[in-house]
Amino acid sequence: MRQKVMIGMAAVAAVLLARDLYVMLLKLPDEALQGAIYRIIFFHVPAAWTAFLCFFAAMIASILYLKGRNLKYDAFAAAVTEVGLAFGAANLITGMIWGRIIWGIWWTWDPRLTSMLVGWLIYAGYMMLRRAIEDPTERARLSAVLSVFAFADVPIIFFSIKWWRTQHPQPVVWGGGSMDPSMFNMLFTNWVPLLLLAGIFLMIRMRQEQNQRELDALRRYVHAF
Amino acid sequence: MEETTRNFTYLFYGLLAAWTVLCVYVVSLAARDRKTKRELDRLKMMVEDKERETGAHGAGMR
Repeated sequence: MRQKVMIGMAAVAAVLLARDLYVMLLKLPDEALQGAIYRIIFFHVPAAWTAFLCFFAAMIASILYLKGRNLKYDAFAAAVTEVGLAFGAANLITGMIWGRIIWGIWWTWDPRLTSMLVGWLIYAGYMMLRRAIEDPTERARLSAVLSVFAFADVPIIFFSIKWWRTQHPQPVVWGGGSMDPSMFNMLFTNWVPLLLLAGIFLMIRMRQEQNQRELDALRRYVHAF
Repeated sequence: MEETTRNFTYLFYGLLAAWTVLCVYVVSLAARDRKTKRELDRLKMMVEDKERETGAHGAGMR
């Protein structure tokens, strides 16, 4: 059943992505100042939203774990953090490529870019911490605490362009930036297939976490002989 | 004209990079899946062998 749901989601995502690529490359006009490169925003921004949503879900799952000590929440937090890291990497890389054309540089230690990189590294550290601790309960407890604290960076990333002087463009959603409605809508339209992909990745990762639990139990059983 | 070409080239790189990251992640998920399944099968066989051994040993003792 889960397999069929995943295939259905992948098919819908593929159709939506194909349609979005057609519209953004052939229907939408170039931006007056940036030219064609502005289209990166249709992946750059939804990838960031997906990553933030994943990190938020990880924080909620971590709080629930700390409250109830149910290892299923820990598995969910680990799975969703990893998916968030993939989308966060896509966000950082597309941003660098856009910056190379618009700013003439690949990277600058601007508050938005720096806070995003720091956030990504903290969550990468979360994944490394999980690998370093053998005991499942200890691993779950420590990584849940780290996940809750790591989320403190997400509002800093979001508000960095409001709090400090930055060369990153102002946000077009809830900020000083503006965009033509057809381009603005594409941001949300292209977010849907990315969310579907994130959902599929999450389902695969959850199944892997389940397999891993089974594996750990079998290992303990084998060692008991 | 040259700037437009450069713009499109970097747009292509950007889209390619975004999808490459996600594709690499999918490949890593698939590889991990295969590894976990292999390990699960190996351990299940090991458990069956051990149980058979213990059963035979127990029967021999009786």
